[in-house]
Amino acid sequence: MAEPVPETGETLEEDRRGEEHESSLGLRTVPEQTSPVLGAGPDGLLGVEHSDKTDQFLVTDSGRTVILYKLSDQKTLGSWSVKQGQIITCPAVCNFQTGEYIVVHDNKVLRIWNSEDVNLDKVFKATLSAEVCRIHSIQGTEPLVLFKEGAVRGLEALLAEPQQKIETVISDEEVIKWTKLFIVFRHPVLIFITEKHGNYFAYVQTFHSRVLSKYTLLLGHEEKTLIQSFTASVDRKFISLMSLSSDGSVYETLIPIRPTDPEKNQRVVRSLLLKAVVSGNARNAVALTVLDQDHVAVLGSPLPASKESLSIWNIKFQTLQTSKELPQGTSGQLWYYGENLFMLHGKFLTVIPYKCEVSSLAGALGKLKHSQDPGTHVEPHFVNWEASQGCGLGCQNSEQSRRLLRRRKIEVNLQPEVPPSKQLLLTIKKDSEKHIEVELRKFLAMTQTPDFHAITGDIVTGLLERCKAEEPSFYPRNCLIQLIQTHVLSYSLCPGLMEVALQKTDVHLLQLCLQQFPDIPESVTCTCLKLFLSIGDDCLQETDVNMESVFDYSGTVQDEKMEEQTKILQNGFNPKEDNCSNCDQELKEKPQDTTKETTSCPVIPKRAALLNAILHSAYSETFLLPHLKDIPAQHITIMDWICLLLDANFTVVVMIPEAKRLLINLYKFVKSQISVYSELNKIEVSFRELQKLNQEKNNRGLYSIEVLELF
Amino acid sequence: MAAAERGAARPTGDNRTSRRRRRRREHCLRTSGLEPGALPGQSMRARAHVWPGRREAGAARGMGEFKVHRVRFFNYVPSGIRCVAYNNQSNRLAVSRTDGTVEIYNLSANYFQEKFFPGHESRATEALCWAAGQRLFSAGLNGEIIEYDLQALNIKYAVDAFGGPIWSMTTNPSGSQLLVGCEDGSVKLFQITPDKIQFERNFDRQKRSTIHKMIVDRQYMGVSKRKCIVWAVAFLSDGTVISADSAGKVQFWDSATGTLVKSHLITNADVQSIAVADQEDSFVVGTAEGTVFHFQLVPVTSNSNEKQWVRTKPFQHHTHDVRAVAHSPTALISGGTDTHLVIRPLMEKVEVKNYDAALRKITFPHRRLISCSKKRQLLLFQFAHHLELWRLGSTVATGKNGDTLPLSKNADHLLHLKTKGPENIICSSISPCGSWIAYSTASRFFLCRLNYEHDNISLKRVSKMPAFLRSALQILFSEDSTKLFVASNQGSLHVMQLVEGSFKHLHAFQPLSGTVEAMCLLAVSPDGNWLAASGTSAGVHVYNVKQLKLHCTVPAYNFPVTALAIAPSTNNLVIAHSDQQVFEYSIPDKQYTEWSRAVQKQGFHHLWLQRDTPITHISFHPKRPMHILLHDAYMFCIIDKSLPLPSDKTLLYNPLPPMNESDVVRRRTAHAFKISKIYKPLLFLDLLDERTLVAVERPLDDIIAQLPPPIKKKKFGT
Repeated sequence: MAEPVPETGETLEEDRRGEEHESSLGLRTVPEQTSPVLGAGPDGLLGVEHSDKTDQFLVTDSGRTVILYKLSDQKTLGSWSVKQGQIITCPAVCNFQTGEYIVVHDNKVLRIWNSEDVNLDKVFKATLSAEVCRIHSIQGTEPLVLFKEGAVRGLEALLAEPQQKIETVISDEEVIKWTKLFIVFRHPVLIFITEKHGNYFAYVQTFHSRVLSKYTLLLGHEEKTLIQSFTASVDRKFISLMSLSSDGSVYETLIPIRPTDPEKNQRVVRSLLLKAVVSGNARNAVALTVLDQDHVAVLGSPLPASKESLSIWNIKFQTLQTSKELPQGTSGQLWYYGENLFMLHGKFLTVIPYKCEVSSLAGALGKLKHSQDPGTHVEPHFVNWEASQGCGLGCQNSEQSRRLLRRRKIEVNLQPEVPPSKQLLLTIKKDSEKHIEVELRKFLAMTQTPDFHAITGDIVTGLLERCKAEEPSFYPRNCLIQLIQTHVLSYSLCPGLMEVALQKTDVHLLQLCLQQFPDIPESVTCTCLKLFLSIGDDCLQETDVNMESVFDYSGTVQDEKMEEQTKILQNGFNPKEDNCSNCDQELKEKPQDTTKETTSCPVIPKRAALLNAILHSAYSETFLLPHLKDIPAQHITIMDWICLLLDANFTVVVMIPEAKRLLINLYKFVKSQISVYSELNKIEVSFRELQKLNQEKNNRGLYSIEVLELF
Repeated sequence: MAAAERGAARPTGDNRTSRRRRRRREHCLRTSGLEPGALPGQSMRARAHVWPGRREAGAARGMGEFKVHRVRFFNYVPSGIRCVAYNNQSNRLAVSRTDGTVEIYNLSANYFQEKFFPGHESRATEALCWAAGQRLFSAGLNGEIIEYDLQALNIKYAVDAFGGPIWSMTTNPSGSQLLVGCEDGSVKLFQITPDKIQFERNFDRQKRSTIHKMIVDRQYMGVSKRKCIVWAVAFLSDGTVISADSAGKVQFWDSATGTLVKSHLITNADVQSIAVADQEDSFVVGTAEGTVFHFQLVPVTSNSNEKQWVRTKPFQHHTHDVRAVAHSPTALISGGTDTHLVIRPLMEKVEVKNYDAALRKITFPHRRLISCSKKRQLLLFQFAHHLELWRLGSTVATGKNGDTLPLSKNADHLLHLKTKGPENIICSSISPCGSWIAYSTASRFFLCRLNYEHDNISLKRVSKMPAFLRSALQILFSEDSTKLFVASNQGSLHVMQLVEGSFKHLHAFQPLSGTVEAMCLLAVSPDGNWLAASGTSAGVHVYNVKQLKLHCTVPAYNFPVTALAIAPSTNNLVIAHSDQQVFEYSIPDKQYTEWSRAVQKQGFHHLWLQRDTPITHISFHPKRPMHILLHDAYMFCIIDKSLPLPSDKTLLYNPLPPMNESDVVRRRTAHAFKISKIYKPLLFLDLLDERTLVAVERPLDDIIAQLPPPIKKKKFGT
């Protein structure tokens, strides 16, 4: 994409000329998407804006038409066009204080109307003295008009004197690329980004204190990159400006809302947030929009050759939450209002509802592991405490059963007298291992009921009971593996499973458990670690260990694998190719140069895969550390080596410039505290001596006769 | 003496006037730029003129010199505190100890321990709680639920829960039902009926005993391998469960989902107890390191409605395990193995910054465990299950103030008298002649006769005690050791005549109709004519022993009586109350004495009222009727009624001997209260004769030495 596409309506006159789009602007529903669709011309839209009613949106075509659209009914409530020969240059917005709509055509002509008006030509008109870049309107403040030269006016003040002189704020050849309005502490704050000869500047205008501050965006190493899309969110002190660069990565820049020195031209650096979310040299349009504090939506092609798609990333855990292909192409425009994403798909405006869930590590990891097919619904990973274990089979949460009542009624005739799970449990009690396996396969092939995870847990418990009773002959390894791979088990559902696997030193089963269970206690994690460290190399060679985590051990398969794995690509901070934040790759590289390197990997790949399973499991350091102290001396070498790796990662983190001041402060604080404590200790010791002396003086024995005179 | 009193009254007034004058003069001098000492002669002369006869009178009335038998061999160790339960309606605190003793503290009456129920070897209390109508229940390892009769001071009944040892007990919010958790894992519900409790239902049996209420594997921490035990839980009305466990954590759980909401790691040792305030905006936990942590529900930001639990204040008032905590509206209460009961007021909740806002540490019982035979110089020590009889030593040497005299004879341990059976001793007494010892447990009364032949002592138990004398709350011998007075727990007072080796029941004063209150304090006049008895709330009754009838009742006062005594010759009854007021009541005149009225009119010195231990013993000087000797745990005081009372501006306690002060200054500051704080903690002090005192001390270090060693804690972790 040669032309940078702003998130919302920058006016590009040459694109807006002449053509008529009203014929293609219409309503259509695409059943497989279950989302309403509006058609649009080939040049995309000028903008989508919220109206004063939830669920109603103003869609401005890049030609002459504004449409008011009701999302839930999927219908158009109103449509207004400017005269032939005129052209809308700025997306229509709603004045939330009056309920009126505002649009600018031919750069300088302002029109204000309400939903009863039919003809735009007959509504209120004001001709301004300068060209308008954008009108911003959000709840809680009057609309603000941003002129192309960078000046800003409140709508009321502007309408009072439309021909007033508008000053020039930005320099010649500086062009506004993107702009957004926030409310911070009940006062509007406007940010706009300009570009001049490949340099970017951010202007922050506060209206409470009428301060305009200018910042130069430093792009870091890659000075020549082009920024393709901006988005921003705000907290109390900073505007977090995110930019999608032509290298395909998302960067974040923190811009203070209240400048320290508004007069000075200040510089702000950007830091890498997400690496290579879209293909760097794609020709297609890309767009970025922030959804909430932890999520961003990216529009573009993930790979140079692939189709365009919409992907949602969790920036906190650097994981891909979901993605959707848009085979008919898109315009590189993306809007997000009230849990709805708006974009063009082919010729149609497509609305995809998306609600961000509270970002959690478990959620992020769950998605990371089961994102084989972004379209399919993934069985939730949480554990239903009420339906687990003690409750037994067939016992269902009353709410669930109520909800399922209707379906149950239909199904009731089809159900056999004994539920299949019960049958299976009976089988488990008596039959041979082979037979159980067959029955289990049949059972797993059936449709999954809502209490499937509880039943699965009970099946595992049943198997384990028999394991314990008929030790060591009975160990249905294959069944257990199949059950773990249902992805619905957790440690809490079958606490005995890992215990048995540890007894049998079944490292493969343990590896699977570590990969699948979200709630393994740290003590068990540590026991696994001890086992993985102590098991002999020759034993390991015979066992079947999933080597996926060290898959790129052989360089040849790496590229292919990468192709398949893009969806679960894990992002890191290190901008360089040898990603040392990822232990896997360290593991992969080190064994190759065992002879050359002094600190080479001391473990064989299979053990490395097992150790990776430990490192990737969900543990809390606070709880794990006490157990780590129990690790026997002969394993310390390997632990030291893992520590080296982790230290290296930590070093990378602390070397980023943002951490520097914090580290210095921490260092000073700790130093002063140590000196205070050592002084206190000295004082304590001398006090103790004094106390001893005092006690000796007072010690008079058990009985004495003394003389007392009272005065 | 009357003349002396008059003489004393007059100079007081003059003294004040002169002081006022002097102050004024000093003021003038200061403004004119001169030092007050510039005119010493003038002021001296003026004062000398005012008190012509004062010098001799003062010298004659000096408190004088005493030989003090300083006794530290009373090897008393209080039992550790096991449970505390606070009752909001009555503002009372019930405390149970590891020996099964249950004590009731009245927090409104200056934290006075007004009642106690003696312990029992097989009755280790594990839980204590108040139910509606201020009824007190306890449960313990013998599997019984016990209700206490707070009026008659005995056990109302015991009900076996049939679930093995009981580990926990609580009431429903309205206090009408009782829930107990038993060793066999059952939880049993009892309905509280007006006169008993009735078993209602059994809840489902848990696999483990119910103290392990929530075991989540994640709670492993610290020294591994040991199972994590949840020692205490609290359930809030919003469904939050707070757990305190052996891994040192306080955790918040959502009871609806069973998920951990928040976890506070507060110590490396066990967190053993928890108590939540009624408003559920604050709670307190106690740890095995002796630390008490306060948690409060505070807004996240200054003006937001969202609140979260925050650990606010740590308190370190204990050296050992804090086994029990309670939360009153204004204070955090804690107790444990180190035997102290600590009441820590929450300063933000205390409206008036009076002495209630101060930290209280209660270690010793608020009653006497020691009695004394003046004639034979014997001390009788009362322990939970035995009595010890000691003879004091002697010296022929003399010395000056502060000297320790060489002993010509050391103190002797004469007798170790062990009770049979599991019950604790409630009270004991030795007769003034030293020939009788009487003591009582909850079910038996014992009377023994002692025979002294040179160095040998023989003890003979008086058998055939009458059936009505089963249990005594207080025992007292008359001064001539011919009569024995026993306050039984039915409220009656028995008078017995003692004759060589046997006794005769003379009379029983029955309680006034309609009252069931037990009498716990007795005093008899030295002439043996009057007997005063007091319960915990009603007034003091005075009986005529000759005529065997009630003579009068001293009007009831708001605060409980802590000590009683009748003065020789005047038969004035001196009463000390828990608010530190002291009254003097003339028994013959049936009215308060002039002195008592004067004291009430002027009021006690503020420092006197702020003392935090009650007066537990009052006695009199045989030769100086104007003197009253009384003591609490940290001081003893001789009140000289002939001297002026101290005003709030005077120095109440002046430990320094008047070495460099002139006689005049000393006399100017002289007042009625002669206080000594040399002996502490002071458990007993009495006059053996006019020149000899006996003081029994129990140093805290000696108690601590007998406790298990505390968890070592580094103060400054580097």
